Amino acid sequence: MAVIDFIVNILSTPAILVGLLAFLGLALQRKPVEEIALGTIKTIVGFLVLNAGSAFLQSDSLNAFGEVFNYAFNMQGVVPNNEAVVSMALNDFGQASALIMCFGMVLNIVLARFSRMHYIFLTGHHTLYMACMLAVVLSIGGLDGWMLIAAGSCILAVIMVLSPAYCQPTFRKIVGTDDIALGHFGGIGYALAGKVGSLFKSKNSKSTEDINFPQRLIFLRDNTVAIGITMVALFVIVTGVAVGRGILSEDPSQFSYLNNLLNVGTETTNNWIVWSVTSGLSFAGGVYIILSGVRMIVGEIVPAFKGIAEKLVPGAVPAIDCPVCYPYAPNAVLIGFLTSFVAGIVGLFVLAGINAAVVPCALILPGVVPHFFCGATAGVFGNAEGGLKGCIAGAFVHGLFITFLPANCMPVFTMLGFTSATFSDADFSWLGILFGNLAQMAPGMPLFIICVICFLLPILYNFIAPKPKKAADAE
Amino acid sequence: MEIKKIMCACGSGLGSSMLVEMNIKDVLKKLGREDVQVFHSVTGDIRLGAADLFVVGRDLAAFIPSDIPEEQHCILTNIVDKKELEAKLREKFGM
Repeated sequence: MAVIDFIVNILSTPAILVGLLAFLGLALQRKPVEEIALGTIKTIVGFLVLNAGSAFLQSDSLNAFGEVFNYAFNMQGVVPNNEAVVSMALNDFGQASALIMCFGMVLNIVLARFSRMHYIFLTGHHTLYMACMLAVVLSIGGLDGWMLIAAGSCILAVIMVLSPAYCQPTFRKIVGTDDIALGHFGGIGYALAGKVGSLFKSKNSKSTEDINFPQRLIFLRDNTVAIGITMVALFVIVTGVAVGRGILSEDPSQFSYLNNLLNVGTETTNNWIVWSVTSGLSFAGGVYIILSGVRMIVGEIVPAFKGIAEKLVPGAVPAIDCPVCYPYAPNAVLIGFLTSFVAGIVGLFVLAGINAAVVPCALILPGVVPHFFCGATAGVFGNAEGGLKGCIAGAFVHGLFITFLPANCMPVFTMLGFTSATFSDADFSWLGILFGNLAQMAPGMPLFIICVICFLLPILYNFIAPKPKKAADAE
Repeated sequence: MEIKKIMCACGSGLGSSMLVEMNIKDVLKKLGREDVQVFHSVTGDIRLGAADLFVVGRDLAAFIPSDIPEEQHCILTNIVDKKELEAKLREKFGM
């Protein structure tokens, strides 16, 4: 029995599980022993680094932010940051997430081979985040054990081919080829921006690249800098309001995470502004650590996945991360970011209005990272369809979209105790809303069956539906 | 200077830089230079001495600090184009 206990214990330790996954990928590629050992150890260490970053992010920044925000505005303020919410969810769903990621990639290869969407999704960190989101959402529907993993893998595989598929009509116009696709789970937002952009299509529409646009804001592409600036600004504003309302003279025992701000048990006395700045930068630091961990994990797993997939799927189309389209329209990148960010602020005020006048809802704060990476991509999509006007309109609609969608998704996550952070990118939100509600309406077996059917549909369609002429020629 | 270590970088050091790393490894294999180390990270980690050659997309060229000599820059117009990558690496390796 001791042996079985030992094996079960190994399989329920997420860090070792992802290590095994890397081991398997490297072994299947027949790598030399020392490379297999190196890759496996790096993956396990990566997962532990991720955990460390997660603990630091929460204890030194995120939890305190939630409490201060609540005191200042008497409502829930949510930071849309994938890393933050994933790091919280991995505490409880680490094992399920790792297994869903593994089998989701296997099923992605199956779909790429047997459906008409031949995409291999190579943005590994998004695969991991999505696996984690699905583990959380489907567990609301009472699925656990192998059923949770099977259902999650099915849906993960579907979105891994579906997201590139709905971006492809516009993405093809940007890069001028069908040999690569966009693999980024902001997909539905970009498709929408492309559609909005195409409303502005005219013969003489001016492209964003025909105008002169200062490139100085490009420094915001550095993740750490972007997060640091946003979070310091948010902390200073929110703490300032809280101080104005007298938080410093409150009884510290009613808060759990504000000992440093209220100078409980600290040797030096902190000024609230200094506290805000260090807390905001701690958030950036936490995300930096988490990203280093994620980099170590996906850096070993994705190349193996790519190698195996290319062998098994003739004509596979790699779906890759969004910055790949930035060099095609550097001006649209910055215009898209700025417009999306402005829309995020507009959306924030609309949410505040709804919260005050209609129903209580969570306030989605505009984060520079989602608005930069997703807003920029939306801008490039809008520009490809409708020039400068299309870029502005598409990115603006996108900015509203990634504010209201997460707001609608919050009830699902709040149920599980994730109150101060949420997923930022659009595909996480729409899937979260859809399956979060399905999980509550049809829990258990029906939910499981729905997930399996979603996976089988694209394959059945391929075999049953008549082949369009172009596809028939290609074969 | 001999190139022993190549660093690719992008905004979050996760997606596109890893893709470039995979492409570089393929090219190095073709050139018979598998002894060269390749790794990827965030643009903020680019600094003199971190590697012997820094590979970024042209939109991120400004992130290479000015104290890094010109011959250690490798700026790609299209980060997924392997032909461009191969031509530029051949030039850097003096092949």
